[in-house]
Amino acid sequence: MLDIIKGAVSLGLLWSVMTIGVYITYRVLDIADLTVEGSIAMGAAIAAQAITNGINPYIATGISLLGGMAAGLVTGLLHTKLKIPALLSGILTMIALYSINLRILGKASLSLLRMETVYTPFERLGLDSSWAIIALGLISVIIVICFLYWFFGTEIGCAIRATGNNPNMVRAQGINTNTMIIIGLVISNGLVALSGALISQNQTFADVQMGTGSIVIGLASVIIGEVLFGKRNFFLRLVSLAMGAITYRIIIALVLKMGMHSNDLKLFTAITVAVALALPIIKAYINPPKIAIEEGE
Amino acid sequence: MLSVNGIYKVFNPGTVNQKIALRNVSIEMEEGDFVTLIGGNGAGKSTLLNCVAGVYGVDRGTINIAGTDATKLPEHKRATMLGRVFQDPMMGTASDMILEENLALALRRGQPRGFKWGITSKERETYRQMLSHLDLGLENRLHTKVGLLSGGQRQAVTLLMATIKKPKLLLLDEHTAALDPKTAERVLALTDKLISENNLTTMMVTHNMRDAIKHGNRLIMMHDGRIILDIRGEEKKKLTVESLLKRFGSASGEEFTYDRALLS
Ligand SMILES: Nc1ncnc2c1ncn2[C@@H]1O[C@H](COP(=O)(O)OP(=O)(O)O)[C@@H](O)[C@H]1O
Ligand SMILES: [Mg+2]
Repeated sequence: MLDIIKGAVSLGLLWSVMTIGVYITYRVLDIADLTVEGSIAMGAAIAAQAITNGINPYIATGISLLGGMAAGLVTGLLHTKLKIPALLSGILTMIALYSINLRILGKASLSLLRMETVYTPFERLGLDSSWAIIALGLISVIIVICFLYWFFGTEIGCAIRATGNNPNMVRAQGINTNTMIIIGLVISNGLVALSGALISQNQTFADVQMGTGSIVIGLASVIIGEVLFGKRNFFLRLVSLAMGAITYRIIIALVLKMGMHSNDLKLFTAITVAVALALPIIKAYINPPKIAIEEGE
Repeated sequence: MLSVNGIYKVFNPGTVNQKIALRNVSIEMEEGDFVTLIGGNGAGKSTLLNCVAGVYGVDRGTINIAGTDATKLPEHKRATMLGRVFQDPMMGTASDMILEENLALALRRGQPRGFKWGITSKERETYRQMLSHLDLGLENRLHTKVGLLSGGQRQAVTLLMATIKKPKLLLLDEHTAALDPKTAERVLALTDKLISENNLTTMMVTHNMRDAIKHGNRLIMMHDGRIILDIRGEEKKKLTVESLLKRFGSASGEEFTYDRALLS
């Protein structure tokens, strides 16, 4: 049982990075970005191919990050310059990435068995493999959270947050909302690809299919994090996202242990997310809001 | 300060819904002019302001703001010269962000945004002072989400944001229309105060004839996409609702059927 929890926590930490990426588009920019399904697999593919070719795993992971950022840039340009709706822009990039990822991998799947990965240095320190993952996962999540906490406090970061909230007002304040949307998509998909690179090195293979359904896993983690761990200030909100991703993995580990077939997992996750998104409506139905009569000032 | 030259704006051109919203509109505004813009529903007032602000491009004609040819400038570039307040109190502020964050976005209008902190502690003092002048008790609510403020408070904040960096031109589009009469009066008084303190060049759309007569040094009336009256100086001071109605009739060849204006 402890091993199951340990495995779930380590996997959750790696998926936290992706969850935070999804949060940036879904909550901060108010865009449902499907690019992530392609960029997570792209991150995995780039890292696996680079490592196979003898590139240092840390550098390989860095290249994955850049690849994801490029994918975000493409979606951003499709959406802002060509005026294609955000959802469709993401789908187009996602589909295009499927072919590109196959090109990168050269085949449907690439093994990293017995190769040096980002976790190897931690194992050399004497950590067993799941502690090595937890250690590196924790370091990555802390770096990402600190970076984003700083970034969204800067002038650009504030402008991006405002863009997701009220783009009309942001333009009226002299800010190019297109640029802000592009920056947000670039950072988001960079993080998602980084997460993909870490995940593939953990599972010791990269698979062109591994992105399928990842957006729903990301959303589930965001929602679990928000519901269970609140969202007082921005820093705690970022921490709660990581907690959400970990909780999601623990829940999945438990339902599998209780006998759910792993083929049914995606159905289970989709239903969970649908119910969570419908919560406000369900709540209002059970407990109708009282009509508030506004007083004059 | 503003020079609009023969602009046309057509919505849905070439379709059955084609609508010529502006027909050959020209306006020259001097520095310090305070124009009140009045006209019936659908006369083209909002379209004119939106064309000046760059929300829409024009189909013909030119727009020059403070010596800059703005005809082809995108909205966010023109915004560096403009202050805007909209009819809908939700439009001018980011409701999920706190009051000081909204003000900080406005204080940086016209500057490139970089990696400096979005708000400095020095600014907070300025905000507190400015807010205390509004007399709405907002100076102690810098950390309140703007979405929790009342419509009147939000319009006052939007006004402050529009003028915190002195704009070359202030555009107000029925910014008190969504407020109850008492609040509207307070926001209008605040508007007057900010305009005269900063000597702002202003174009204010109003649906209220009395307000249009009472405020500003110049009154422009629009009808069916055209400017039909432009009254200034001594003549403007002597205007009454009756004389304005009469002049509308002879300028447009129609009876004035704008009940909202008549009733108020
Ligand atoms: N975005 C738009 N698309 C199509 N028609 C529009 C649009 N905006 C305004 N119009 C039309 O243009 C005319 C002028 O509208 P508007 O400028 O909003 O009038 P006003 O502000 O004077 O009431 C109206 O007939 C309106 O229906
Ligand atoms: Mg209007």
